[in-house]
This record gives sequence, C-alpha cells and structure tokens, in this order.
Amino acid sequence: MSAVIDSHSDDHHHGPAKGITRWLYTTNHKDIGTLYLWFSFLMLFLGGAMAMVIRAELFEPGSQIVSPEFYNQMLTNHGLIMVFGAVMPAFVGLANWIIPMQIGAPDMALPRMNNLSFWILPVAFGILISTFFMEGGGPNFGWTFYAPLSTAYAPPTVTFFIFAVHIMGASSIMGSINIITTILNMRAPGMTFMKMPLFTWTWLITAYLLIAVMPVLAGAVTMMLMDIHFGTSFFNAAGGGDPVLFQHIFWFFGHPEVYIMILPAFGIVSHIIETFSRKPIFGYTSMVYAIASIAILSFIVWAHHMFTVGMPIAGELFFMYTTMLIAIPTGVKVFNWLSTMFKGSISFETPMLFSIAFVALFTIGGLSGLMLAIAPADFQYHDTYFVVAHFHYVLVPGAIFGIIAGVYYWLPKWTGNMYDEVLGKTHFWMSFISVNITFFPMHFVGLAGMPRRIPDYALQFADFNMVISIGAFIFGLTQLLFLFIILKSIFAGKQATSEVWEGAKGLEWTVASPAPYHTFETPPEVK
Amino acid sequence: MVLIKRIFAALITCCASLSLFAGWGDVNMTPGVNALSREIFDLHMTIFWICVVIGALVLGFMVYLIVAFRKKEGDKPAQFDDHPVLEMTWTVLFAVILAVMAIPATFTMIRAYDDAEGDINILITGHQWKWQYEYLEDEVSFFSNLSTDLDQRNNIAPKSDNYLLEVDEPLVIPTNKRIRFLITANDVIHSWWVPDFAVKQDAIPGFINTAWTQVDEEGIFRGQCTELCGQYHGYMPVVVKAVSPQDYELWVNEKKEAKIQQALLTEKLWSTEELYEIGEGVYQTNCVACHQVNGEGLPPVFPALAGSDLVLNDKAKQIEILMEGVQGAAMQSYAEQLSEVDIAAVITYTRKAWGNDASGDGEIVIPKEILDYKNNKL
Amino acid sequence: MKAATKTNLKLVSLVLGMFCFGFALVPIYDVFCEITGLNGKVSGPTITEYDDNFNSREIKILFVTKNNENMAWNFTSEKRTLDAETGTAYTVDYTFENPTDYPMVAQAIPSVSPGKGAQYFHKTECFCFEEQLLQPGEKLTMPVRFIIDPDLPDDVPVLTLGYTLFDISESHIKLQASN
Repeated sequence: MSAVIDSHSDDHHHGPAKGITRWLYTTNHKDIGTLYLWFSFLMLFLGGAMAMVIRAELFEPGSQIVSPEFYNQMLTNHGLIMVFGAVMPAFVGLANWIIPMQIGAPDMALPRMNNLSFWILPVAFGILISTFFMEGGGPNFGWTFYAPLSTAYAPPTVTFFIFAVHIMGASSIMGSINIITTILNMRAPGMTFMKMPLFTWTWLITAYLLIAVMPVLAGAVTMMLMDIHFGTSFFNAAGGGDPVLFQHIFWFFGHPEVYIMILPAFGIVSHIIETFSRKPIFGYTSMVYAIASIAILSFIVWAHHMFTVGMPIAGELFFMYTTMLIAIPTGVKVFNWLSTMFKGSISFETPMLFSIAFVALFTIGGLSGLMLAIAPADFQYHDTYFVVAHFHYVLVPGAIFGIIAGVYYWLPKWTGNMYDEVLGKTHFWMSFISVNITFFPMHFVGLAGMPRRIPDYALQFADFNMVISIGAFIFGLTQLLFLFIILKSIFAGKQATSEVWEGAKGLEWTVASPAPYHTFETPPEVK
Repeated sequence: MVLIKRIFAALITCCASLSLFAGWGDVNMTPGVNALSREIFDLHMTIFWICVVIGALVLGFMVYLIVAFRKKEGDKPAQFDDHPVLEMTWTVLFAVILAVMAIPATFTMIRAYDDAEGDINILITGHQWKWQYEYLEDEVSFFSNLSTDLDQRNNIAPKSDNYLLEVDEPLVIPTNKRIRFLITANDVIHSWWVPDFAVKQDAIPGFINTAWTQVDEEGIFRGQCTELCGQYHGYMPVVVKAVSPQDYELWVNEKKEAKIQQALLTEKLWSTEELYEIGEGVYQTNCVACHQVNGEGLPPVFPALAGSDLVLNDKAKQIEILMEGVQGAAMQSYAEQLSEVDIAAVITYTRKAWGNDASGDGEIVIPKEILDYKNNKL
Repeated sequence: MKAATKTNLKLVSLVLGMFCFGFALVPIYDVFCEITGLNGKVSGPTITEYDDNFNSREIKILFVTKNNENMAWNFTSEKRTLDAETGTAYTVDYTFENPTDYPMVAQAIPSVSPGKGAQYFHKTECFCFEEQLLQPGEKLTMPVRFIIDPDLPDDVPVLTLGYTLFDISESHIKLQASN
C-alpha cells in the first residue's frame, strides 16, 4: 500500500494549504497532531525551566536565587504546566496522529472541533502565564490548589487561573469526545473491539475517564469562583462549608487524572515491546481488562491522597484496601510485558530502550505507590519528598519516557526520515542515568523527613539535594538533545520504509513514510 | 573550585552512606520514640522489604530477558501470545501478597486510632506561619516561632546545626504521660508533623482533629509543617521537648509565674533604647516575613513601614492596627500573640528605625499605653 | 454519520451529567458526614427524650473556643471540662463580647472530635444555629444545650466540643446590600 491519493478529490481532499493558515484553519488529524505535539514540547521546556529554577533554589540550604513567594509560584506552575500542558496534550497529539491510522479511518470524526480543541489550549496557557506579569503574581497554592489557600488567601490572579483551567478542561473534553466518536464509529470493516491496537484501546478508556472527571474539576473551580466572588461558602467553614470537601472533589478528579496520564503510555509501550521483541503481545485480552479495571478502580481510591485529614478509621481502611487492589492489574501488565519479551528476538533501538526503562522504572514507582497505600505508614510518608519521588517516577520515566518512546517509534512515519540512532541512544542513556540521579535520592530525603514544597531545608538534607539538583540539570539539558534529534530527522536522515521497523504490525505501518496528508480514504479490510 | 569540591564531596558522602549504611537515619524513616512510631517503622520496613524483593525479582528477570533473548543471527522468536493458567496464577499470587501486607497494616491502623482520654490535652493551632500551643488544663498558652535568623537564611552568617528546625519556644511535654493533641488552624490548612512520634495531622480552620502520643524518653524532637500554607510554609518548624514529669511541673509553674511577671513589667518605666532593642527582636521574628528587614514591605500586598505616613505620625492608629489586625488583609491581630511589652516595643522600633525617627513625630509607645488600650475596650 | 451523532449526544450528556455530579457531591458529602461523623460535623437538634431503659455512663467533655483570624471578640465558655453522663441534658454558657467600636456579625462553627463521636452529640439549643450581631462593647451570654446519646461507643471516653468564631460582618453587609 502506498500514498496513492484518491483521484476523485473534491474540496475536502486537497493537500495542505500554504503558510500560517495551514495551521490555523487545519482540520487534518495529522496537522493537528503535529500542533499538539509541538505545543506540548514547548510546554515541556517551559515547565522544565521552572523545575530548573526549583532545583537551583534547592541546590544548597539557604536562600539562593528566588524568594519563597516566587518559589511557590514556580512549583505550582511547574505542576500545572507539566500535567495540563506537557503530558496531556502530548498524548492527545499522539492520539490525533496515530489513532485514525491504527483503525483505518480517514480522519477524526469531528475535524472542526478538533481544530478548536487545540487552538483554545495556547489561549488557556497564555492566560495562565500572563498572571506572572500581573499584580500579586501567578498562582502560588500548588497544583492541587487546596482551599482556602486558593480562595480566601489566594492572589487576585486566581480568577484568571480558574478561567485557564476551565479552558483546558473544555479542550480535553472536546478532544475526548472526538476520540471516542472516532474509535466507536470509524473503525475499518472487520476491526472488532478485541482486534483494536492497544494504544487505541488505552485511549478509548482514557477518553472516557477524561469525560467523567474533567467536568468535576470544572465544577470544583466553579465553586471556587463562586466562593471568591459571589459570597457562597462551598469551602468556607464560616458559611457552613468545608475546606476538606474541596480535597474530596479535587481528588475525585485528581486520581483518575493520574491514570489519564499513564494509560496511553501503557498502550505505546505495549506496541514497542511487541515490535522489537518480534513477538505478538502477551495476554492481549488481559491487558484490555487490566486497563479497564485500573480505570474503574481509579474512581474509588481518591481519598488515599488525604490519609492525614482526619478521616474515620473505616474510611482510611476502605481507601487503603481499594488502593492496594490497583497493584493487581498493574502487576498483570508488567508481567505481560516481560512475557512478551520472553523467547523473543529483542533488538535495542531507541524506542525499545525507552520502553524497557519505562517498565523497569515504572515498576519502582508502582512499588513506592504500594508503600504509600499503606495508610498508617503514610502518616510518615505523606507530603514528604518520598511522595515527590513516587509520582515523579511514574510521571517522568513513566509517562514522559512513554511519550518519548512513542515519538521515536513513530517519528520516521511522520517525517519520512530515520532519526539519528547514535544520538537517540545517547539521549536515552543520558536521560536514564540522570533521571535516576534526580529522583532516586528523593526517596531518602523524604523518608528522612524532608517535607515537600519547601524553598529551604535543614542541613541534614543538603548532600542529597545537591545530587538531586545536579541530576535535574543534566536531565534538563539532555532534553535539548531530543529537540535537536527531532529537528534533524525532519530535515535529513536515512529514508524510512513504509514498515519502518522490522516486524512492526498495525495499519499505520502499511502507509508510506512520511504518511501522506490523507490516508485510508477507502477503508482497508481487516481480517 | 570550592563548589566542584563540594559537589564531589556530596557524591562521595551519598555513595558512602548508602554502601556502608553509615547514615541510616539520613536515608530511612526514624523508628521514633514511642510504641506507635516503632510499630509504624516496623510496618514500613516489612512492606519495604517485600517491595524490594518483588522489585529485585522483576528487574533481575528483565536483565535476564535482555541478555538471553537479544537478537541473534537467524533466531526464530516464539509466537505464543497467552497462557491462561500462568496469567491466573500470578493474578492470584498478587492478591495473596497484598493480603499479607494488608493484615499488619490494618492492626497498626486500629492502634493509631485510639480515642482514649489524655492526661494532658494540648490545643495546637496553625497560623501563617507559626504554631500556637494551649495547654487546656493549665491555661498556659504561647506561640512558637522559627528562631533561625535571616542572616543564616540569606547565607551571611554560618548556619546552625538545627537550621530551620529551631523555635523560640518549644512545646514542652512530660514523658510517660498520654498527651492528646487537638489540632486546628486559624487561616489556611497546615499540618503538624513530628516524625519521632509518627504524628502527622492536618490542621483545618473550623475543625478540630485529634492525635495522641506517649513518649518514653526525654529529648528534643523536631518536625515541620507539611501542608503548603503560603509563602513561609518552609519556615514553621515544630519543636517538642519531652521532659520528666517533675520538670514539666516546674516548667508549668514557671510559665504561670512569667505571666504575672509580664504584668508587672508592663507597669515599669521604659527607656526608648530598651524598647528599641526588644522591638528589633520582635520585629525580626514576627514582621520581617511581610514588611521586610528594611521596612520597605512588598507592595502592594504588604505595605512599607519605612516612610509610611501612618507609622510616622499616627500612633493611635498604629496601636489599633496591631491590636485588631486589618480587615481583609494579611495583617492579623497581635493582641493575643504578643505581650504588651512586645507590642509597645515593636511599634517604638518601627517609629525609630529606617530614618522614621527623623521624618516623623518620633514618639514612642510604652507598654502601659497598650494595656490602657486593652482596658478601654472592655 | 447518524451513529456518530448519537455517540456525540451521549457523550455530551455524560459531560453535563458529570458537571452536575460535581455539584451534587456537596450535599452527598454533607449526608455522608452526618452518617459517619466525618470532620466532626454535628447533627442538629434531633432526639431529646430517651426511653428509661438506657444505660448511662460517665464521660468527659472538653470545651474549646477559638477565634478565627482577625476576629476581635472575646469568646469564652463558662467551663473548660465537664464530667457528664450520657442521656442527660446539660447546659453550658458561652460569653461573647465585641470590644471594637463597630458592630460585627459572627458565626460560630462547631466541631466535635473524635469524629466517630460527633453523631452522638445532640444539641437541642445552640448559638451556632444562627449568626450573632453585637453592637460595639456589647456583651452577650448564650447557652448550648445538649445530650450525649447513650449509644456512644465505649471506646470514646472523652468528647471535645470546639467552636471557632468567624467574623462574617463583611459578607453579611454584602448580602444585605444585594437584597
């Protein structure tokens, strides 16, 4: 199969327009995917720069480069930008590019809404970042924005923050509706649910999670808005409200959100391990069920973020047990990946290296998560660097390594050129080593008693913090190499074949590289 | 380069402390000083070792896969894609391991939730950014502020051993008595944590949480606020001093005595210099966070005191602000937190420092005026 | 595209439904708190009479009063502790005083701990049921009347009744202005 474009083209079937209008008005899933990916890359560097400020401040005890107030703004926006600006749009970008090609659809089901859902994102982040230049500064109450710190005690810019979150939520919801409608209605003939590629499966479930919880987040910030400006008392004890209610609503959104940021990475890694082991994925059916059960369980575990708010013991135990249950489907997935590699013929190109690192380091993050689930022990772990270590292990070598692996895996399909393998491997090893230097010692300082979100710390934490900062600087610089590798592969490199990888399976590998502007205008037949 | 040397030294120390287990306390949870904290420590270690074993098996198996099944010339990868019996087996295995972990965790949880009566009840209130301790039985009440000075924080003076973990007045408790903590907050959510007691409880405005401890050994135990509570969240440590019950009695009596002494001090005749000196200390502890060392504040949120018309010429209004706080602003009432002497001293200080002396009326405030203000209100 | 439109409609209604659900969590949470005593929320005036055949036992009650930030009132309870019996009604007086030279409105927020005891703490009369308006210098004494449910679990030997006094003058003025 190749890039033959249908001859009966009407005006929907022209090639890309020229210049900026191509990107502004585009309804093409590949263009929009590209926009999402570049946007998330930009946000990754912005959020990363904030992380560098944080690590520079924490390089040594004592005040270093920023004030405590600005430090709080940095840690808040680092979190917000990485979650809503880097990881989520990157996954939506990959979904836009890959899902229609994986299921043999010509485009997304709702192309115009697709355009809108992307273009409101830069608006949202523009608003968020503009608060830094306003009186009172940017949001400074942590990405979890607990009331009343984020309501009665917030800087005046909180209204802009709320507005920005609303827009981000609207963008995610529109994106999810689009993805679900596409997957449910536009699969090629013969592609039953249980023949769907795993990345598509994980995104289908992720999109449902998003639709279920983003409106709850919208509700939470709406209540904040009303508390701040219209005199209601949802979270204000004086009027009969309850600050803890905010935490319940937030984490009802927040915990599924955590899985939203990891499930698509599961899908990507499954494809890559399968391809480079030259063996079909082990336990496809149990993979699908595991993903579904993780998604369902994510709705009944939220209060494990709140073990110290003073819940009754029955609540503590309930949330401890449900949280521990999540280890079962997660363990199933890890074992399935390992079994896929078992008796395979494994080669170690860059996407595979990142995927193997994903499985290994995600396992570490998962196990520390299991430790955090143990409620009485969590009294000691809660809000320390142990938690920071845990969620960075599942988000950086977890979600972000998954995204990077996916980018390397599909990059030749997008650009038509192979990336530079030597540079890619350099990128991997630098990232792998520095990510561990950065986040592993956080376990130790956390257990030794360093609280999170502090701009300065006691002397016994000094050595480890310096190591952590050095690791972070190396990790940050390494990602510039990633940018260079991507740019290089756009402009030069060995011509990629349609299949790109020996033994790669799936419809996306049947079209030419680079993928033509329009693919699968006549649906392929899936046997 | 000194810095490079330090970095190198830091790396060495880390490796050394890990490999030799030299600084176990620097890399692991503290066992603490009471039965509950030791039990939680044991639980933590149990779960930790289970996780280490699982992790080692998984990672070890991965290394084996990577080495054994790397691509070789002409090898034929197997094509199996499931094994229901095996899949069922490990699913059940996971469930069993989890159950093994859940059982001790449940029992520890039940012991941590003990609502029995306390010998001593202490009401702990989180304020931005200090802790208030009230002994309900003895009517003793005080604030506990960070005592690390700004020169240390700004790297001008060398840092003391307990940098950021020291306070002007620690919470004092007797050993071998059951202490119940009632924990609440005055403004935003804080969290009171002493690792050695394994007590971490959120302080929520409008609600009272409880926790308890019983310490078997004397000593000083340090912790910090663990819930982001605004810009000085990192600067509100918790320090608890456990003393023998006899010493505790003495201390309580001393506190009560001091209260009476304070009342007498208020009546004394004060010189400007005395007040200025006390005021400078009070200002460093309570005011610099917002109004800054140079009195310039951080406008528009925290107004400048240097050159402020109010500070220069309106003594009465200034007293009122300190006593009542400012509605809808970060400025709170200090009437309860500070003694009359301290309030008078700090006002005097602000009226004399930063050249305010020359540009304003230069009047001082004596403790008697603060007392009168209080009495007039009643 | 009929099928797709159907899917879209379903998804949009799911979004709207979940948005409403977010708000529905507020009353759900209140009910949940009432049932479990979560957060020490106290049930309102409910039971006042018990059958004769209950077993009363002795418990200790601690009274705590707190002023929230910038609340200038003097707010005290007549006693700090009370040795009480379950099933018997008690009255404790609280004193409010507005020492400022302007009228203020306050709302007292009750909290009972431990949380599992909260649902057994029945108040038949309380100043916290309504807002208090005090003129400059005015002093007021108001009672709390309560009964501790005899069903209180045995492992709760002591209950703490805390009140935090919030200054709500500002929102009160706002409300009046808007009415």
